[in-house]
Amino acid sequence: MVKFNRFTLDNGLRVIVHEDNTTPMAVLNILYDVGARDENPEQTGFAHLFEHLMFGGSVNIPSYDEPLQRVGGENNAFTSNDITNYYITLPSANIETAFWLESDRMLSLAFSEKSLEVQRNVVIEEFKQRYLNQPYGDVWLKLRPLVYKQHPYRWATIGKTIKHIEDARIEDVKAFFKKHYTPQNAIMVVGGDVTTEQVKQLAEKWFAPIPAGEKYHRNLPQEADQHEERRETVTAKVPLNDVYIAFQMGGRLDDDFYATELLSDVLSRGNSSRLYRGLVQDRQIFSEVHAYITSSLDKGMFVLEGKPLENVSIEQAEAALWEELEKVKNEEIPADELTKVQNKTESTMVFSEMSLLDKAMNLASFELLGDAEMLNQETSKYLAVTAAQIKDTATQIFRKDNSSTLVYLAEKTESALA
Amino acid sequence: MINRKLAPDFKAIENIKLIKPEHKKLDNGCNVYCFNSGDQELVRIEWIFNNLRFDAAKPLLNMAVNTMLTEGTSTLSASEIADKVDFYGAFLQVDYGYENSLVTLYSLNKHLHHTLPVILDILTNSVFPEKELETFKRNQQQKLQVSLQKNDVVARRDFNKAIYGETIYGLSASFDNYKSLQREDLQAHFKQMYQPGNCTVIIAGKIESDTLTLIKETFDKSWTNGPVAADTSQPELKPAAELFYFVEKPDALQSAIRIGLPVVNRNHPDFQPLQVLNTVFGGYFGSRLMANIREDKGYTYGIGSGLNSFKQGGAFFIATEVGADVCKAAIGEIEKELELLKTELVPEEELSLVRNFMLGSLLGSLENVFSHADKFKSIYFAGLDYDYYDRYATTVKTTTAVELRDLANKYLNFDQFYKVIVGKY
Repeated sequence: MVKFNRFTLDNGLRVIVHEDNTTPMAVLNILYDVGARDENPEQTGFAHLFEHLMFGGSVNIPSYDEPLQRVGGENNAFTSNDITNYYITLPSANIETAFWLESDRMLSLAFSEKSLEVQRNVVIEEFKQRYLNQPYGDVWLKLRPLVYKQHPYRWATIGKTIKHIEDARIEDVKAFFKKHYTPQNAIMVVGGDVTTEQVKQLAEKWFAPIPAGEKYHRNLPQEADQHEERRETVTAKVPLNDVYIAFQMGGRLDDDFYATELLSDVLSRGNSSRLYRGLVQDRQIFSEVHAYITSSLDKGMFVLEGKPLENVSIEQAEAALWEELEKVKNEEIPADELTKVQNKTESTMVFSEMSLLDKAMNLASFELLGDAEMLNQETSKYLAVTAAQIKDTATQIFRKDNSSTLVYLAEKTESALA
Repeated sequence: MINRKLAPDFKAIENIKLIKPEHKKLDNGCNVYCFNSGDQELVRIEWIFNNLRFDAAKPLLNMAVNTMLTEGTSTLSASEIADKVDFYGAFLQVDYGYENSLVTLYSLNKHLHHTLPVILDILTNSVFPEKELETFKRNQQQKLQVSLQKNDVVARRDFNKAIYGETIYGLSASFDNYKSLQREDLQAHFKQMYQPGNCTVIIAGKIESDTLTLIKETFDKSWTNGPVAADTSQPELKPAAELFYFVEKPDALQSAIRIGLPVVNRNHPDFQPLQVLNTVFGGYFGSRLMANIREDKGYTYGIGSGLNSFKQGGAFFIATEVGADVCKAAIGEIEKELELLKTELVPEEELSLVRNFMLGSLLGSLENVFSHADKFKSIYFAGLDYDYYDRYATTVKTTTAVELRDLANKYLNFDQFYKVIVGKY
């Protein structure tokens, strides 16, 4: 149970306070309701590049990191296809520094050309390091456009190509800020050794003077249901073959989300899961195999991935995955197996309450979904799922004509054998 | 109107309070340390064993035995172990380090009487079944094939081999090392290592009185020491003579760089001031390496430096992945920054920032009762006591710029650095 208080400033900024006096620290987390899905198809990677620029100085404060480190604080941020999230942890005695820094960059950035130039280079190196210079690093650059044809989830947060990042101009940066970085488009969570009164006072002082800005109305092309089998095979300098099968599934707020997540647990969570036990241990088809969902706000992906052993053909590997999928479509999972994945989810929720930052981020995410209180109802929603619902979900999702298969074939080189 | 150009007042960080454990000893010689705190009805229990002496002819035994502890006992198959643990919503982890191997259980208190017997079984009856061993060997070799395609992994392997020699710290596991694993060797290793006399148990969370009784009942009588005590001595570190290593990857978009040299470990009085020096240089986001090589030049997504501390020695290193075309330039900049540390005093403004940052990090690293237990592990296994943290706070607050410059001259001679580059140069 994560308790909290909530209020909204006149400019539309939603504020949530989670008091936790077992720690001498405080967290300030700001979620901006903007992600890679809000990008122009010709300027992809922009939300993420923009996240980097948020550290390049704001209108009144030339350096973001330096004053924070000076008071013993640390910060970071991440961008997903749906959101951009910034967080600070610092000794609670110095919480006002966090308000000062975050409010100034919500007010306006410095928009320095030098910062843009450097961060373009940094992000290009990130693109190379994580997506191009790693075996299988480009999987999301290939899999997303296979699964999505209309929706902007068809590109990864890093962007479609390095060129889009190279082409970013300061005018684009300014326009993006104006459109998305407004108080009414943000959710702030302050947690830890603070009081609600104190947070109210600091929020009024630092954030209330920021103009509300214009409301951003999201109007994205939604992905049509898939009715054809899709497939792509690439030969790449990777050491082992690799198979991905991705299915379209519902969004985060769909009724069957909880059944779908438990279905992925049945298949792949831990060493007692079906894919590991059946295909790694018993039948010895794969050296590793995983199933997971993307939990995205709009229509998501249910992904299976496995690296077959060297004596196993791609066809055999795919067939073995499909056999496991047919089983969950045709037979309800036994009561014990359902209890197992539900218990695991329940204890995961309890363990996540050990981390202040996790609690703050979770509150922000659920507020974005509609109501932070939903965080405290999560466990009961997982516990209410029945075996019949899991079977139905499997039947709806695991259809050949809802599948996108991506195969990496290893191009054998001498270095791979060294 | 508020003045947004003016930073709010801030307070110095004082009173960092560490939770110290309560010590108990089981009749079988196993030491138990308890950290009782927290509101959630759960505990983390770690069984920590010193690794056996490194044997270059059979270098993977510590790792293989630890990793395969969940793969079957005389009464439970791998599946049954996984089922039991998962069914009660618990998490069972085995982790292997250079010096210790761990078995960790995260469990809700209400399920401990179901989950603890599984751990006892693992620690006393593991059998390393032939079929699971073959699967392990094959899958590890597949993983190794993938790892060897990653430039940063190759750089780390080659660097460690150069500075630590034929020891567990310098080990670069080969395909043959995996192929030659034998079940009998694993069994013998297991018997000698996983004895109560070689084990420290650390419990953190909401510890109720019956939790301790349950642990004592489960682990005292049924778990006994064997005839031969564990040999946990380790061979000496032997750095290589050759300093420069270049692994060419003609298609590389980026080059991985790892450079550094052996230095003192945590037990030496210079280690804590070296931590301050390391932080200034490359130990946090605002460090000199990040400010120059990422934030000014844009050569990399990230660069950092660090200190390793092991029982027999330590190391200082710098690691990054940079655009292949700017590899030489990046190394040149690293050298320039090192030279600055040796010739110029760190300005007071920068030093005070680093002091506050390090104290804030220490405070922030004490997030929950698990983190307090982790702090204890760092000193306990290095043979240090809680004075270490008091000295740390004092060192961070008082080390002078002159001392830092002298330390840089004493320890960080670029010509003595081991240099590993994987990619293009």
